[in-house]
Amino acid sequence: MEPVDLDRVIIRFAGDSGDGMQLTGDRFTSASAMFGNDLSTLPDFPAEIRAPAGTLAGVSAFQVHISAQEISTPGDQADVLVAMNPAALKSDLHHLRSGGTCIINSDAFEERNLEKAGYESNPLEDDTLADFTVYQVPMTMLTKESVADLGVKPRDAERSKNFFALGLLSWMYSRPAEPTLDWIGEKFAGKEKVIAANVTAFKAGHAFGETAELFDHAYTVKPAELAGGTYTNINGNTALSWGLIAAGQLSGLEVFLGGYPITPASDILHELSKHPQLGVRTLQAEDEIAGVGSALGAAFGGHLAVTTTSGPGVALKGETIGLAVSLELPLVIVDIQRGGPSTGLPTKTEASDLMMAMHGRHGESPMPIVAASSPSQCFFAAIEACRIALKYRTPVILLSDGYLANGSEPWLLPDVASLPEIEIEHATEFNHTDADGNPEFWPYLRDPETLARPWAVPGTPGLMHRVGGIEKEDGTGNISYDPANHQKMVQIRQDKIDGIAKDIPPAEVEGDADADVLVVGWGSTWGAITDAVSSVRSQGHKVARVHLHHLNPFPANLGEVLGQFDRVLVPEMNMGQLSRMLRSDFLVDAKAITKVMGIPFTSSELEAEIKEAFND
Amino acid sequence: MTDTAPAPETTRKDWSTDQEVRWCPGCGDYGILAAVQMMLPDLGVRRENTVFISGIGCAARFPYYMNTYGMHSIHGRAPAIATGLALARPDLDVWVIGGDGDFLSIGGNHLIHALRRNVNLNLLLFNNQIYGLTKGQYSPTSEVGKITKSTPFGSVDQPFNPVSLALGAEASFVARTHDMDRKHMQATFARAHAHPGAALVEIYQNCNVFNDGAFETITKKANRDDMMINLTHGEPIVFGSEGSERGVAMKNDGSLEIVDATGGTDGLLVHDEARTDPGLAFALSRLAAGPSEPTPVGVFRAIERPVYMPVTGSSSGHNDLASLLSSGATWEVE
Ligand code: SF4
Repeated sequence: MEPVDLDRVIIRFAGDSGDGMQLTGDRFTSASAMFGNDLSTLPDFPAEIRAPAGTLAGVSAFQVHISAQEISTPGDQADVLVAMNPAALKSDLHHLRSGGTCIINSDAFEERNLEKAGYESNPLEDDTLADFTVYQVPMTMLTKESVADLGVKPRDAERSKNFFALGLLSWMYSRPAEPTLDWIGEKFAGKEKVIAANVTAFKAGHAFGETAELFDHAYTVKPAELAGGTYTNINGNTALSWGLIAAGQLSGLEVFLGGYPITPASDILHELSKHPQLGVRTLQAEDEIAGVGSALGAAFGGHLAVTTTSGPGVALKGETIGLAVSLELPLVIVDIQRGGPSTGLPTKTEASDLMMAMHGRHGESPMPIVAASSPSQCFFAAIEACRIALKYRTPVILLSDGYLANGSEPWLLPDVASLPEIEIEHATEFNHTDADGNPEFWPYLRDPETLARPWAVPGTPGLMHRVGGIEKEDGTGNISYDPANHQKMVQIRQDKIDGIAKDIPPAEVEGDADADVLVVGWGSTWGAITDAVSSVRSQGHKVARVHLHHLNPFPANLGEVLGQFDRVLVPEMNMGQLSRMLRSDFLVDAKAITKVMGIPFTSSELEAEIKEAFND
Repeated sequence: MTDTAPAPETTRKDWSTDQEVRWCPGCGDYGILAAVQMMLPDLGVRRENTVFISGIGCAARFPYYMNTYGMHSIHGRAPAIATGLALARPDLDVWVIGGDGDFLSIGGNHLIHALRRNVNLNLLLFNNQIYGLTKGQYSPTSEVGKITKSTPFGSVDQPFNPVSLALGAEASFVARTHDMDRKHMQATFARAHAHPGAALVEIYQNCNVFNDGAFETITKKANRDDMMINLTHGEPIVFGSEGSERGVAMKNDGSLEIVDATGGTDGLLVHDEARTDPGLAFALSRLAAGPSEPTPVGVFRAIERPVYMPVTGSSSGHNDLASLLSSGATWEVE
């Protein structure tokens, strides 16, 4: 039978941490990307590397939304849940929409596993799944049978069952098999038995769908009509890493990354470490403080300096970032936000570090903040953070979050030649004349336009100078405890950051400019807001939205924009940090819509909140 | 990036800034500053290729007085900042200045890792066994029983022996000198500079305001011959006011002791700074339990070990941005 055409489908793979669900989801995603769908993903995994097998704590899930239209979120509720064991079913069933399809590895539903998952009776036998279409597939057994002739050990044979599931789902949604088979060959190169087992399991899953007469027919989701060009599927951390490399190339500077492993930022350290040939040096430092310290040292030496971390690391780096504010050296601090406070939810997303980015240093130490809004946009956000840091000789904090870091989407590759250069000049000349008419170098004599100070790097003859954290005299940079000078320097540092507003794009209103309600967002809420606003508008309401990529300074026109709307709604994954900034800066009654559950907003949640505003 | 032609001749004056030196009159730091400024012209290096980085403390003012590139950073972090600079710019001479609080307390972690990695740094540890800038609290090198404002009943915690610590941290170069002997300082600093990799020099430094005379029993001219054991590579370890009437020997249990050497150097330990195994250097560092016993000075250890550098410019992988961006699976949309 011909596959039935669907506009879009949301599939959630759930299993034990050891079941390889992230990999399964990732492969399904890649095949869909190659097929030409638009898509968006949401990995959802536990903090423990291996929580006890079969328990709720050990469940690892991966949600992917594939569509024949442009989409911007991994979807609210899944249409299909693949549950590899009872714990996965129990913890993830609420993500499946009523009437959805549940594909179950029935072999895993034996007494011990049911008990570990906390089921008193077998959900396959009671009415737990009454609202869903259920397919029970003995995946473990079928996988073992399929690979029986290959001489693989039983334990290894069982390991391939995720490829069986992938094969089955690939048949169900008419995904091309080649990308997955090629990938298996590359990934396990040299381990012929593993390749054979995985390929065989995949094919067995595929064949099972075709022949088992369990399913009436397969489905397909046609390629989306995306703009022409070359695409790749990319997650936020990779895009951000490539953005840093791009900024190095665009500025002609070597990139130095000082970092310390931390979830969910470590992948940036890993990615940058792979590319020394692109002018990148990385140091896995002894701690977070040394991560930023070494970066600051490299900045003093003339490199494009970066440190990557998550919230706890930013807290530790605060004093050194303050030094960078005082030294006025370029430095990019990447914060991949996660649930806090303290260790909080290391693998779950949150966007609650905005206040820390804004104020998390002692004294008056203003610093620009750039925030990324989608996985692929992390590339451009990274370039922008570097541009501001280099041009204004200032530390810049770049905010991403766990959802962007691990979530992925197709990305239309930019034309590298069209990326604007970042012009940067190290000082090489004297810039002042002393009382006797001799030329000299003043490290704090500023560019009148940007207020940036000259960046003279060691090795430059004649321009030897000392910098430090003690307050400096305006111009000469000599130590100064003079009261009026301190007032002046505090003001200059503030003016320098405020002045960046002239150099960033104005806030752009999308949707209905004559609406009463404006939704202001920042960071990874971009996708959910996009869907929610378009849905509310399609129901005949007028709504406008603005999405901020610069949080300090704000775009120059933001106050004016806010003033044009009666109601301002601010969805954010914290307790209302941006709304507080908008209220204090612009005296507008910005209403926060908050969520701190470690998972992103769904568009339906936001849709309901926006509609509420019409009833107020 | 830097000019590699022979450096022009310089004098002490060229290496000094016009900044007023602001240590307490009589502070040992003056002698160290003079030694550094007088040594540098002999090294044939360029001022613009030289960087001094310090943390916080009395000693940390040092960069302001050096007419080179410099950074007076924050408490404890100088070795980390200097590490980044040295890795980014291996063409530079990077000196790191810190006191016992800076290097061994708040910045202890950075110090041990800089030594372990063998980053190309010259680290000068101004050990005065007290917190000077914060006005006289005990430090991680203060002797047990030290009475200070924060330990009115006497400190009870065991201090660090910086040389032992550095050896334990896998340092490839460890030396000790003192602020009363400019020649010895100059020679020791020059050795540290010549050493590829991390070189730690402990300098016994007198804080005449808060811990006056801490090292006097050893460093005072009249005491030196009897109390200071000059380590010379390849020579039997001898000392004494008559030149060599005492020496260092190893006991049966492997520990070191001071013995009578009037009968000759047979049976005395011969100093070998290049020994791969740090055991003997460590034993030498433990010879004196405090400033009341004869104390070794000079180079304890100087071994060759790979200098830490991140990988640069490897030819594998993607050589331009466009090929990097398309390095994953890609597909075309018409
Ligand atoms: S307090 Fe002590 S160490 Fe500090 S400058 Fe004065 S004498 Fe020197």
